[in-house]
Amino acid sequence: MQTHHPLAGRALPGAQGRVSIRPVEDCTRFILRIDPQNLGAASSVWGANLPPTIGGLVSGSGRIATCIGPDEWYLIAPLTEQDAIESAFAALYATTIHSLVDVSHREVGIAVDGPDAVLALQASIAFDIAAMLVGSGCRTIIDRVQIILLREGQDSFRVEVWNSFSDHVWNLLAGICREIELGV
Amino acid sequence: MLLIRCPYCEAERPEVEFTYGGQAHIARPQNPSATTDDEWRDFLYIRANPRGIHYERWRHMHGCGRFFNAVRDTVTDKFVMTYKAGLPRPDQAELEAARS
Repeated sequence: MQTHHPLAGRALPGAQGRVSIRPVEDCTRFILRIDPQNLGAASSVWGANLPPTIGGLVSGSGRIATCIGPDEWYLIAPLTEQDAIESAFAALYATTIHSLVDVSHREVGIAVDGPDAVLALQASIAFDIAAMLVGSGCRTIIDRVQIILLREGQDSFRVEVWNSFSDHVWNLLAGICREIELGV
Repeated sequence: MLLIRCPYCEAERPEVEFTYGGQAHIARPQNPSATTDDEWRDFLYIRANPRGIHYERWRHMHGCGRFFNAVRDTVTDKFVMTYKAGLPRPDQAELEAARS
């Protein structure tokens, strides 16, 4: 697995504490595809309920699960749990057909926090961020780049973006944060 | 920017998340080798080009990833309604209800 984190060492603490962005530390990410009728079986293997409706997000003990399609879930867990999750789902395969793909190497996370986080994201995302429910997630587009956007709290968001686009999204958000800081 | 309602996400999403998928409700012939050349040509290439209500496929490419069907007015570019793939064409009464 690729351990290089393209955004390692970067951080942009916003002056005045209005909005700040920072790279999220490395974690394990999976895409799970399974028939929604078998969601119960997958939930018991995962160890927590998987959200049944698109946009739903369930988090706890370092894990995040969000439903991004009718039969598609995006799972985030600490690096140390990767092998356990993979072997548990491999055992489930004998009874329930599904697909669990490790996409850890593909994506990086950027945390966007602060009272102006909504404003910062709204600058480049076309739907109404303020109306997004706290505790929800969706796949969307930021400045022509596909991302998965998670709203973990009123003022805390997480952007999951592909490695190759991460530099662009980081610089875009950094520029927006700077504008907010300067009051432009 | 247009907002398009995805029938799977059940939410209004921005147009940039979607891609157009051509005219809807075109069934592939059950037995292609039994069709005449003209029938096959019509299936492949001949499409309605109406002025007004048009039934078409869209894909929520950068969202849930699903294809669905939409009814759009080609004059005003406004979406009348969207519905899940596989459902029959909505009738006139349903379109009127969606408009009001």
